[in-house]
Amino acid sequence: MNNKIKKILPQIITVLFVLGIFGFFTFNAQINMDNRGIDFGFGFLTQESSFDVQFSLIEYSGSHSYARAYLVGLLNTLLVSFISIIFCTILGVIFGVARLSSNYLIRNSAAWYVEFFRNIPLLLQIFFWYYAALRALPVPEKAGPWFGVTYMTIKGYYIPSFIWTNLDIFLYSILAVIISIIIISTYAKKLQENEGKQIPVFFISLGLIFVLPALTFFIGGVSLDFGIPVLKQLSKTSYVFDGGIGLPPELIALVLALSLYTSTFVAECVRAGIQGIGKGQKEAAASVGLTPNQILKLVVMPQALRIIIPPTTNQYLNLTKNSSLAAAIAYPDLVLVFAGTALMQTGKAIEIVSITMLTYLSISLAIAAIMNWYNKKIEIKEK
Amino acid sequence: MFKVMKKLTSFMAMVAVLFAFSTEAMAKKSKTLKNTQKKGFVRCGVSQGLPGFSNADASGNWTGVDVDVCRAVAAAVLGDANKVKFTPLSAKERFTALTSGEIDILSRNTTWTLSRDADIGLTFVGVNFYDGQGFMVRKNSGITSVNQFKNGISACTNIGTTTELNMRDFFNSRGISYEPVAFEKADEVVAAYDAGRCDTYTTDKSGLAAQRTKMKNPDEHIVLPETISKEPLGPVVRQGDAVWEDIVRWSLNTMIEAEEYGITSSNADSMKTSDNPAIKRLVGAEGELGAAFGLDNDWSLRIIKQVGNYGESYKRNIADPGILPDRGPNQLWTKGGILYVPPAR
Repeated sequence: MNNKIKKILPQIITVLFVLGIFGFFTFNAQINMDNRGIDFGFGFLTQESSFDVQFSLIEYSGSHSYARAYLVGLLNTLLVSFISIIFCTILGVIFGVARLSSNYLIRNSAAWYVEFFRNIPLLLQIFFWYYAALRALPVPEKAGPWFGVTYMTIKGYYIPSFIWTNLDIFLYSILAVIISIIIISTYAKKLQENEGKQIPVFFISLGLIFVLPALTFFIGGVSLDFGIPVLKQLSKTSYVFDGGIGLPPELIALVLALSLYTSTFVAECVRAGIQGIGKGQKEAAASVGLTPNQILKLVVMPQALRIIIPPTTNQYLNLTKNSSLAAAIAYPDLVLVFAGTALMQTGKAIEIVSITMLTYLSISLAIAAIMNWYNKKIEIKEK
Repeated sequence: MFKVMKKLTSFMAMVAVLFAFSTEAMAKKSKTLKNTQKKGFVRCGVSQGLPGFSNADASGNWTGVDVDVCRAVAAAVLGDANKVKFTPLSAKERFTALTSGEIDILSRNTTWTLSRDADIGLTFVGVNFYDGQGFMVRKNSGITSVNQFKNGISACTNIGTTTELNMRDFFNSRGISYEPVAFEKADEVVAAYDAGRCDTYTTDKSGLAAQRTKMKNPDEHIVLPETISKEPLGPVVRQGDAVWEDIVRWSLNTMIEAEEYGITSSNADSMKTSDNPAIKRLVGAEGELGAAFGLDNDWSLRIIKQVGNYGESYKRNIADPGILPDRGPNQLWTKGGILYVPPAR
């Protein structure tokens, strides 16, 4: 009994202490806010925001609510994080593998790349890409087309917009493709395990991806038109592109900076993962007659991934949190739109900052959950 | 488990009551004035660099008409206009810095609006500059009026300002679609506009005039004649300290009234023997005006001697550097402007 109390008592005291501190600050804040006539509440979220945002994935204008403005900022944060995570992964894998190349030039260039971008503060890199882009890019009227119909200008990258008819039928066909690929690959795996036969899953899938959606155009009544960006004169010397979709230079600079910076850390994770696999593994694989490609795909990578995933998850989380630096260059992310303009217009500092913090926390936890699930999936299953 | 919860709740309630009492008691005693005199300096929030209003030179000396308001308060309550600690704040940070008690006066070209005054625990004490929002464009664009703006125009500005809201009202009422590009810091707005990111740069006209001086080629830009909003700029204090609020308000009023009566930093001492009782009250030779704030009777004389009257401050900070040589509405009511302050008596 005595022993039990000894064990539990310190824990209770600790909990009470923490709660006490929390209570102290909460009540203090409450009283200070009362004294200064600030009231606490989330009612402002439904009020009209009355400010516009430069770039939004959903329909938004100042006549929408603050809650909608929050959503605009959140989606912009997710967009820039998502694109950057994809790019930094591709770059990271390339440079991570390149650092282990037997070619002197490739190996050392990769090492230089990693050391260079890893050791310059991210905010400086964001400013560099932004102002470098602003200085280097042509004004709209002087921009020549890239790939025929896209224009890279100081005011943004203009691409054609898609104007769909019967988009839903097209999306169903994509869904059908995904389901059939899953069925085929499961069947192929069984066939391989039971009868040792292999069927070309890759080519069948490729065929499905092209054929089925294409069919909807011919018999499903689906059609796609493009809204081509057209040059428009604003004044004697300034022009802008009208129609199409304009990706703001802020987004481009941010994606560049975030993916280059984070890719160096991913590259190091990849290198560590590959180097963590013993040489004996490769030699053993070669001795049972696997080709170099098969060795990488079937022996090295599955094991290396287990080392690579956890630290890479950290880098993805860092990237997402770092995306909040967007505010410095006017990219309307969550921090700029919600914790910036909305906070200023409403003055609800405590409410808005807590919502923003909770949002970043949720995004991070969601990414961690996805990566943990993937990590579980690829870890060694003891039989 | 339930018992533990109950105990915990009662404990929390006790803690709450205890702190409620202690902070309540503290709040009643707490006077910003007392703290300021104990610290020996006035804590003043200013901009991150707006020539004419609040701007630091290479050696860290702050100058500007907004800066002078804080200096006037320091002269009044501490006897020395230099005893001010300036905190540069972005538009976004400014109100939080004031409500959280990091600064005691916010004198940072801040527009007085109903929602700011009523909602967020602030009190505006007066107006030290009557301004309005305008637009700057490149001269070679051929644009000479906002009526020439067309759909698709991109406008650089700051976040967290009334500018963002006015801009929307302006473009919406005219049915013009526009691209707002909003930065956190003024320097970045200027850099982006200067680099050609935006067709126009919009903020208060005084700000446009001041920022134009920072551009690569100031002569390549013009400020359009139209004013699209009322922007009365003035110092702000926290709600809940009426005495402090009065001190800041009357420090500003003193500067304006001193100009009205022709009292300057150089002639203030000799004005003590003036025949006009209003002048004598302002230089502390008659009446007990300072006592109402808990200050001595020379508080206003020190403001005039150390900082100067409003006209001197305007000339030194805004007119002489060529930012806005014409005082426009910021002229005394006796000279065709709208500067009109209640009498000090």
